[in-house]
Amino acid sequence: MATIELEAASVAAPGADGDTVILEPTTLRLTEQRIGLIGANGSGKSTLVRLVNGLVTPTSGRVLVDGLDVARDGAAVRRRVGFCFTDPAAQLVMPTCVEDVELSLRRSVRDAGERHRQALAVLDRFGLGAQATLSVHSLSGGQRQLLALAGVLATDPSILVADEPTTLLDLANTRRVTETLFTLPQQLVVVTHDLDLARRCDRVLVVEDARVRFDGPAEAAVADYLSTVPL
Amino acid sequence: MNPSYLFGVYQPGTSPLHRAWIGAKVGGLAAFSLSVVLVRSVEAAFVFLAIAVLAAAVARIDLGLLLRSLRPALVAAVIFAGIQWLLYGPAKATETLVDLVALALAAIVVSSTSPVNAMLDSFIRWITPLRHVGVDPERVALTIGLAIQALPGTVALAVETRDAARARGVRHPRAFLTPFVIRVVARAQETGDALHARGIGDD
Amino acid sequence: MTMSETPAPSTTDARPAPQRSTTTDIALIAAFAALIAALTVIGGIPVGGAGVDITLQTFGVLLAGCVLGPVRGFLAVSVYLVLGAIGLPVFSGHSGGLAPFSGVSAGYLLSFPFAALLAGYLVKYVLGGLRTRAAFVFIAAMAGTVLNHVCGTLWMMHFLDVSLSQAIKFDAPFWVGDIIKSLVVALVAAEVHRAFPRLLARR
Ligand SMILES: Nc1ncnc2c1ncn2[C@@H]1O[C@H](COP(=O)(O)OP(=O)(O)OP(=O)(O)O)[C@@H](O)[C@H]1O
Ligand SMILES: [Mg+2]
Repeated sequence: MATIELEAASVAAPGADGDTVILEPTTLRLTEQRIGLIGANGSGKSTLVRLVNGLVTPTSGRVLVDGLDVARDGAAVRRRVGFCFTDPAAQLVMPTCVEDVELSLRRSVRDAGERHRQALAVLDRFGLGAQATLSVHSLSGGQRQLLALAGVLATDPSILVADEPTTLLDLANTRRVTETLFTLPQQLVVVTHDLDLARRCDRVLVVEDARVRFDGPAEAAVADYLSTVPL
Repeated sequence: MNPSYLFGVYQPGTSPLHRAWIGAKVGGLAAFSLSVVLVRSVEAAFVFLAIAVLAAAVARIDLGLLLRSLRPALVAAVIFAGIQWLLYGPAKATETLVDLVALALAAIVVSSTSPVNAMLDSFIRWITPLRHVGVDPERVALTIGLAIQALPGTVALAVETRDAARARGVRHPRAFLTPFVIRVVARAQETGDALHARGIGDD
Repeated sequence: MTMSETPAPSTTDARPAPQRSTTTDIALIAAFAALIAALTVIGGIPVGGAGVDITLQTFGVLLAGCVLGPVRGFLAVSVYLVLGAIGLPVFSGHSGGLAPFSGVSAGYLLSFPFAALLAGYLVKYVLGGLRTRAAFVFIAAMAGTVLNHVCGTLWMMHFLDVSLSQAIKFDAPFWVGDIIKSLVVALVAAEVHRAFPRLLARR
């Protein structure tokens, strides 16, 4: 497994009346295979996981992935860390499914023919072989999210960060995407509001008011989160 | 489920013009258009029109579709020719009318015999020399691909936002346009994040 | 299939990560090319029945400049023109292809990127912090509109071989609509800048 380390990493956003703290200085060492993040809207979950691939850079402190500083070796870190967003519509960028996967491969596979073949193989792996040449818009929401995952995982990163990957999906598609996520060999860092999904993680962080309020086994973390929500 | 507005002017076919090299077609069209504009005579105008009609016949373009594509140009041609008739007399009016129709017809022949993808590929090939002045053809291709990809979603977003404004009984166009544009910007920023996460900005 | 919710703009805007800018720029350019196309496709307000639409096309063009600034605005509008040129029906009246580029109104079409460039330059570098005030943005948008009409008029003058005063008469009917559109551009762009204060941050 890869190692993700936060060393007193904090994030602040400049505002008109002083800086707003979005993440208090946080120190963490994540080595488990499946790590979940839960917590209220606006608590800072997305900010925390965005640190892992440099979409957000820490205002102070450091973030390291396998010893690489995210702020300094951003490109190398991003080759290791794949990132899956909530809304597949925002992350699918090419007109057809196979082209979108090819886009991910364009740096690792120089030959266009070979790239096409590999992209088709990746699509097959995610059950989208039949849709390869279709427009991205002809897919269902669940298929789109699977395609987004295929695009991200095509380059075989060692870590997958997923920010609420199932929030926009119906029950069947939520299950499909969840099963896909939990059969991956990669290290998984997943933000979710789905407590069933969180319960399947090896370690769960509860984020509240810009800090990690609980960090431990899934059941205990879910119980802790539930205790903060008034009935 | 490709929305109808994404069907371009291209019409599949096997005519010699369909199979012709796109560079030749576009280059030929440019030369043709320039000649039409530069040569000012009624006789020449009819020769040009004859050439354009011949090309359309060779390409075997469906007459109904041809007329539909030609309609905007035809309307403009009739209006302007009419005005010119009043101002300068029939000779000039005829020349304008015939010229405009010939120009439009020739362009329609090229567009309807060239698939969008092939046109895009050629375009990217033509701008490749611009690499030397800092234009990255790969990035241009990505941007255009992204725009094509965003088209159906953006139309849907526009319609949805407009309906939401109507549902609330707001009639001012700004009540629909502002939220629409804000959503487009917000989504583009997310897409920018996603591209960045996929390492696109790193090379 | 429903469009998904986009997050509140404040969470996507000011996030500190300077090196993301290239991919965000690519995404914004593509998004606005698609936005202009979407507005042109859905927004036809027919006038006079002669096939002439008041479309939201010029609205989209000026908006791209006023929201994205000169360079990204210019590129967004250029990508939009490329989408049409390669055969997608994204021009007014659901037309596309090369015909509009050799027609009477090609001067308007070809000057669109420059209109966006001028308006965007004024908004970004002259207005600065005043860009959240619609009255000032209106001036910038009008500058773009004037440039667009000047180019359109000069093109018609040469293309139809008529006098300048005649060409100005051809151009005149479109002013009212374009002034109204500039006004709406100003209102919308000012609000978008309020929502995304860092969109035009100088890097
Ligand atoms: N650049 C920024 N400037 C100001 N505030 C910001 C910025 N980025 C995030 N925030 C604020 O920081 C807080 C945490 O945001 P974040 O997106 O990390 O929350 P989250 O836990 O992922 O919430 P959700 O469950 O709604 O996705 C929010 O209040 C958000 O508005
Ligand atoms: Mg979040």
